Amino acid sequence: MTPERSAGRLGGGLISPAQNTWCPGCGNFSIEHMMKSAITELSEEEGIPLENFVLLGGIGCHGKLVDYLNVNSLYGIHGRSIPAATGIRLANPDLKVICHVGDGDIYAEGLDHLIFAAKRNSDITVIVHDNRVYGLTTGQYTPTSPTGFKGRSTPGGITEHPINPLEVMLAAGATHIARGYTKKVRHLKDIFKEAIMHRGFSFVDVLQICATYFNLTDYYNAHAYEMQEGEVDTGRFESALGKIREWDYDREAPIPLGTFYSVEKPVYEEKFQALAAGRPGRRALVRKVIEEWR
Amino acid sequence: MGEYSVIIGGKAGEGINTAGLSIAGLFSRLGYHTYMYFDYPSLIRGGHNFAIIRASDRTIGAHRTPADVLLAFDRNSIENHRERLHAGTTVIYDASQVVRAEGYGLPLDGILDEEKAPPITKNSAMLGALARVAGIGRGVLEDVLRAAVPAKHLEANLRVAGRGYDAAGEVFIVEPLDAPPLPVLTGNEAAGLGLVHGGLDSYVAYPMTPSSSLLHFLANHAEDLAVRVIHPENEIGVIQMALGLAYAGEKTAVGTSGGGFCLMTEGLSLAGMSEIPVTIVMGQRPGPSTGTPTYTAQGDLHFVLNAGQGEFPRLVVAPGDLEEAYAWSATALMLSWRYQVPAIVLTDKTLAEGAFSFDIGAVTAPPDHEPVLWDGAGEYRRYARTESGVSPLAFPGRDGAVVKASSYAHDEAGFTTETVKGVTALQEKMLDKGESLRAELATYPAVKTYGTWNSGTTIVCWGSQKWACIEAAEEFGARVVQPLVLAPFPARQWKEAMIGAGRVACVENNATGQLARLLRQQGFDPGRSVLKYDGRPFAVDELAVRLGEVFA
Repeated sequence: MTPERSAGRLGGGLISPAQNTWCPGCGNFSIEHMMKSAITELSEEEGIPLENFVLLGGIGCHGKLVDYLNVNSLYGIHGRSIPAATGIRLANPDLKVICHVGDGDIYAEGLDHLIFAAKRNSDITVIVHDNRVYGLTTGQYTPTSPTGFKGRSTPGGITEHPINPLEVMLAAGATHIARGYTKKVRHLKDIFKEAIMHRGFSFVDVLQICATYFNLTDYYNAHAYEMQEGEVDTGRFESALGKIREWDYDREAPIPLGTFYSVEKPVYEEKFQALAAGRPGRRALVRKVIEEWR
Repeated sequence: MGEYSVIIGGKAGEGINTAGLSIAGLFSRLGYHTYMYFDYPSLIRGGHNFAIIRASDRTIGAHRTPADVLLAFDRNSIENHRERLHAGTTVIYDASQVVRAEGYGLPLDGILDEEKAPPITKNSAMLGALARVAGIGRGVLEDVLRAAVPAKHLEANLRVAGRGYDAAGEVFIVEPLDAPPLPVLTGNEAAGLGLVHGGLDSYVAYPMTPSSSLLHFLANHAEDLAVRVIHPENEIGVIQMALGLAYAGEKTAVGTSGGGFCLMTEGLSLAGMSEIPVTIVMGQRPGPSTGTPTYTAQGDLHFVLNAGQGEFPRLVVAPGDLEEAYAWSATALMLSWRYQVPAIVLTDKTLAEGAFSFDIGAVTAPPDHEPVLWDGAGEYRRYARTESGVSPLAFPGRDGAVVKASSYAHDEAGFTTETVKGVTALQEKMLDKGESLRAELATYPAVKTYGTWNSGTTIVCWGSQKWACIEAAEEFGARVVQPLVLAPFPARQWKEAMIGAGRVACVENNATGQLARLLRQQGFDPGRSVLKYDGRPFAVDELAVRLGEVFA
């Protein structure tokens, strides 16, 4: 092992000593740096100790982010970080739990977990690095690749349509839904901060440039726009749905960026809170249950 | 006569399981040890369910074929059990369903009409008739009903039970014993209480026979025991949630059966690599695939020993009765945390859903183990090298620590590494932990022996078949040897337990002799396999016949 590398003490800058291996021009750099800034600023502005942030990564290029930031992390497996995130939040309500996941990772491998976390209103934040292609496995289609996409596993082009993940999330019960773009970094940082501070399940789909396998920079630059105040009523399901449907990840259309939906609902983890309180002597409780048996 | 056997049979949905437990309660009240085998097909209504309740003045944990009393709600319950009937068997049947039979016919439909009682009270009529046949007083009968029946239904049940009592006659007398009544628990309930004894904070599970009743039991007692009980979307979510809880410091267990465990295996491997403790209660049932879902088998031993990609240490224990289920569930949880390895408590339907008298006083309290925690000195490294291979734990939220756990090969701080030195060191750290765990287990009763030492015959068994073997061994004056720990295999204790073993029979509820295969892998001779793979556990008498063929 290499003891010279250390996660180090907090506060000494959040960029870790791990060597960065993303391709030049990768959209992940924007997400990494905006997440770093979001955490730093929230720590200062909201008084959240840095040790109370936890990052989770799936498997894919996106997951490397958790190695690159000097923040608590569980670098898990493909598609599975969300239920682990709910577990962490259940264990400690003070923690701000943020999942970095990929589009192949969570819309294909782990879609069940994403839908159920939204349905539960689990108090976690899910940031999808949506580059609409598998990067680390070198260029296959994902659930958000457009119709006709020619990947290495589908050289003739796919005939199916992509899912609109925001619409799926709205239907599943997510209480905070947003979209960002890696070329609009300041906007991205604000979206991250808002999502992290939302009480309940927060979902952010980030349109991320894949410099090597699916570079949509020109397309996004031409179509993406930041929603203005009043363009969508974030408290109304129908208003959010209409705005979410403005672009379906397939046909050419303006691509709205920003927060589509944000409402308050009871948080899943809170109903378990009372059980954890106090931690009475469990062995006495076991004895009592046996003594009072039927 | 110091022991009795009662069968109760009827259709699914008639409450045969509950009725069986009440019968066990009747004998427990008189100081007897009881065991109940419950047999039911995978359906909600109809079919044929039955329970065999055995009571004895000594410890038991298996059934025998002959019955002293048969309680039959329908003709199937008589026809299906002809082999259990003999000259001394008393049959009590529902005369509204069965037209011609020998024994006491209770006109249950008429009784319920007259008493204006709901259909479920038929069980109380049977219980009443049984009490009369067995010479058990009305007072005892009523005490048992008071303990078992919710207050608002009690009066109707007492009336109907009285009618059953009056309709039968005394055939034999079950003498009260000078022993305190013991509660009757299932293996799952004992395992659940054991986990809490070991420090359980959260239990996470998706329903699957035969482990669902562990989920239900802990969910119903979540407040009494101060544990969180969570039922997520599937077994993949289950184990991931458990690992999240444990990463953040909560002692967590999950429960499942073979099919669900299949889904957990990538999570199991993640637990191995990330060194996040988790305890898995794995209740076996017959496969492959859906198999015979409500029946029993010991067919997944090698699956749990080898599940998950890569090489990492794990603890696998196989309790054989309630006292072991309690003690080893607690131990599994504690050692899982002490050594940061996944622990598997391997049971089966026979133990998990079987009911037994539980004597907590007979449980040897397992040694207490606390996890190794970070002392706060210097920079925290989640995977710091130590002599034992165990790195001190800190949890997220700890001031001054960055806790980085990973599924990738990682360095001491938790960062991904692919270097020759880094990858080798990590694998060796895991081997060190495995050896430390093995050394620790040398102080535990990892192999147990029963019966006669110098007989020249030895019966080897594991898990739920323990008590059938102990009883059958008496007929041969044989020794019984039972490994409680299956990984890391307690080779030294095994060697000692098998000194002078003589002729050896290896009894298992599977088709290929999985313990025998493990013993051969470890360099031991397992003797001749005695196998049963019809989804049912061995009856003591059935096993004795099979052993007779081996030892002849």
